[in-house]
Amino acid sequence: MYQQKDFVLTIEGLTVSFDGFKAVNDVSLYIEEQEIRVIIGPNGAGKTTVLDLICGRTKATEGSIKFKGKELTKLKEHEIVHAGVGRKFQNPSIYEDLTVFENLELSYPRGKKVWGALTFRRDQEVIDKVNEIAQMIFLQEMLSSPANLLSHGQKQWLEIGMLLIQDPELLMLDEPVAGMSVSERKQTAELLQRITKERSVLVIEHDMHFVEEIADRVTVLHQGKVLSEGSMEKVQNDPKVIEVYLGH
Amino acid sequence: MFADYTWAELGSIFAMQGFSGLILFSVLLLMALGLAIIFGQMGVINMAHGEFMILGAYITYLTSNLFSTYLPELFDAYFFIAIIFAFIGTFLLGALVEWTLIRHLYKRPLDTLLATWGLSLILQQLYRTIFGPREVGVTLPDWMMGSFQVSEMIEVPVNGMIVMVITLFITLGVFLFLQKSRKGKQSRAVVQNRAMAGAVGIDTARVDRFTFALGCGIAGIAGATFTMIGSTGPTSGQLYIVDTFLVVVFGGAASLLGTIASAFSISQAQSIMEFFLSGSMAKVLTLLTVIVILMLRPQGLFSLKVRR
Amino acid sequence: MLQTKLRSLAPKNDVVSFLILAAILLVALPILFDIFRLNLIGKYLTFAFVALGLVLSWGLGGILSLGQGIFFGLGGYAMAMFLKLEASNPENTQIQSTPGIPDFMDWNQLTELPWFWEPFHSFGFTLFAIIALPALFAYIIGAAMFKRRVGGVYFAIITQAIAAILTILIIGQQGFTGGVNGITDLRTLHGWDIRTDSAKYILYFINVMLLLATLVAAQYIRKSKLGRLLVAMRDSEDRVRFSGYDVANFKIFIFCIAGIFSSIGGAMFTLQVGFMSPSLIGIVPSIEMVIFAAVGGNLSIFGAIYGALIVNWAKTILSESYPELWLFAMGAMFIAVVLAFPKGLAGIYESYVQPWVDKKLKAIQDKKAKK
Repeated sequence: MYQQKDFVLTIEGLTVSFDGFKAVNDVSLYIEEQEIRVIIGPNGAGKTTVLDLICGRTKATEGSIKFKGKELTKLKEHEIVHAGVGRKFQNPSIYEDLTVFENLELSYPRGKKVWGALTFRRDQEVIDKVNEIAQMIFLQEMLSSPANLLSHGQKQWLEIGMLLIQDPELLMLDEPVAGMSVSERKQTAELLQRITKERSVLVIEHDMHFVEEIADRVTVLHQGKVLSEGSMEKVQNDPKVIEVYLGH
Repeated sequence: MFADYTWAELGSIFAMQGFSGLILFSVLLLMALGLAIIFGQMGVINMAHGEFMILGAYITYLTSNLFSTYLPELFDAYFFIAIIFAFIGTFLLGALVEWTLIRHLYKRPLDTLLATWGLSLILQQLYRTIFGPREVGVTLPDWMMGSFQVSEMIEVPVNGMIVMVITLFITLGVFLFLQKSRKGKQSRAVVQNRAMAGAVGIDTARVDRFTFALGCGIAGIAGATFTMIGSTGPTSGQLYIVDTFLVVVFGGAASLLGTIASAFSISQAQSIMEFFLSGSMAKVLTLLTVIVILMLRPQGLFSLKVRR
Repeated sequence: MLQTKLRSLAPKNDVVSFLILAAILLVALPILFDIFRLNLIGKYLTFAFVALGLVLSWGLGGILSLGQGIFFGLGGYAMAMFLKLEASNPENTQIQSTPGIPDFMDWNQLTELPWFWEPFHSFGFTLFAIIALPALFAYIIGAAMFKRRVGGVYFAIITQAIAAILTILIIGQQGFTGGVNGITDLRTLHGWDIRTDSAKYILYFINVMLLLATLVAAQYIRKSKLGRLLVAMRDSEDRVRFSGYDVANFKIFIFCIAGIFSSIGGAMFTLQVGFMSPSLIGIVPSIEMVIFAAVGGNLSIFGAIYGALIVNWAKTILSESYPELWLFAMGAMFIAVVLAFPKGLAGIYESYVQPWVDKKLKAIQDKKAKK
């Protein structure tokens, strides 16, 4: 039914069990180029675990994850990053003790080995790239301030920026607008629209208005399984989904 | 190293050394139990745990002197009284330490490690000032001195059996206490979700103090049993802290069964190897084995795969 | 370009601190103290190497090793083995039943030099070993632990256990190691008598120069991207990992560097003090080394050196006159550093002394400007 080459990410039969409890159970997922896919589902549905599995934080019990034809389940975390997958965590995780500039710089794709990091030089190319990304994530005024001074929403942006500077082909965002004000949400939605021109994005989100605004397609997870998939409209009208999730 | 012995002899040697390792097993188990409760509860590494044990040993020594001077007719039973005193004494010191020091350091494990090391130095010097630098030993009542002759080569020391029975009772008691009693349940609730436990009205600060003190109290009992295998000096406790921590980690910090199994295997390995090698080499080999196993299986022997 | 690079490596404050430190160590102390006291200071400074390593691995990288004595001992023993072999030439040892081997081997009925002592006849090999042995050892420990994500207190305790094992091993294998007394009675280095006053002066200056060079190396690492990565790992290890770094390799690297620093310190200890023994390796000395870094401030490379100097000096004074007070003082230091002064002396300097200095400097400048 699907043709392999159309998909950036192909997940088939993915299962992980923790002491017999299947947090993710036989999940299959196909993501196209430049698609924004949103995963929704009630708490404990296995959304974050799916992202953990893709980026190698958790090892799969069964199944395969193919990214541009490369099997990810066999790679280490940093190799998956080098393959072109970027991941933002649920709680913004940035380096509080470093400045915004340094935060972004550490994600710049050069000097990733011990020797490279020792001899890394901050040349014009790096400075330009950091400035460009800072502009994108609305932090150009904050470059030299320590990251712990940022607001919650700004930290979320900074982490997105740290991913953008790596220029990944697949960007995974775990609740990118959690804790953001209304205006920040709007800015984030615009940001996402803008950055997907060159890449695919996989988003976990609870905020339905936000989902409606950005999603090309939506996947509903429930108890570790795919419950429904399709456009937002189709999913919203699916009686199974209404029963477990949207119904209340 | 086994080549010079027949199988029968080897069997007897193993049995003999195994039984004589029982006291070490008891000491390690009680120490590890206290440490595991404290570590599991508040992520605190108590490097002064050995000094709490030694306090228990000194209290046992004082009790034995007290009985032989004032109550010689009851001397046969002093050990059981000493256990109670040792528990109470170390429990109280534990509560005091928690209140003055530990409660400021929750969730900073490396810092507690350094601070409790400082505490251990202070306690050592206190013991030296009070009890003198010389090691002291206790006299055992006659009935605890002998041993059962099981076969021609195998002897089982009486005190070893008694100590082990006491240890197992205490272990069981602690287990039941944590599982069944109200205080125990509160204490486990705080481990699992501190914020929630606080929200439902558990006084988490009090529970922490109690748990820390309980762990120390158990170390005090370990000290009472320790008097049977060694003499007590200001720095005797320091030798045990690394072993004890390895027992806890080796067993998987959250598992009682694991702690028992790991205390048993470490003490037995040490005791049996001591027969064939020098004591120091036996210790080197035991520690090395534990470290190598931990490197292969850092989560310990008995731990569950959990969802992050 | 070069200038801006230099400035980023060495901000003005650091240059001033460096010059002050160099002046104290190279000029003030040698003038103020006789050779006996200066030699003691040299001994204290060998621990500053260890403290510098700890600033990098613990302060910067969050990796607390309670077994730095291991590496101090590796360097110290390597140097001691070389010197002992030179001191045990057949003429000096002709009264032994086996002349030409170290005296303690003879006492333990060894009739042949053990194989692992052989290469230490060569000074070149010894120098190589002082760098390579700790690096190799740290690599093995680090790789085994960090690749499996063992860290924090587990790492601390396991390094402590390894220090304990090493001490027991050295004490137990008297014939090969000199046992609890260690390797003593060291005399000459290529015929140069290291026990004379002039030799002690020279060794003191070599020690200080090495320490300053190590300080510069530490500063380079701290100011490189690798230094920022270490800080980043302390804040959020997963974020670093998912930014495409193999986190374990960086931890192994910094642990190896800390080991090499300690080893150099150990070798200089042997040269200046004239012996090496297990009493400098085990659990207690290793954790004392941590307090040197903590008192100085575990984030400050200059603090490390002052910390090592001050704590050791206090130890000498106190244990000379009030031996029973020393352990109380030491214990109190551990607690105070953790509870009240988490940034150590460097923190006190930054929050109290520096603002005052800055204010004074500014006042002077303002005055000049007015004129």
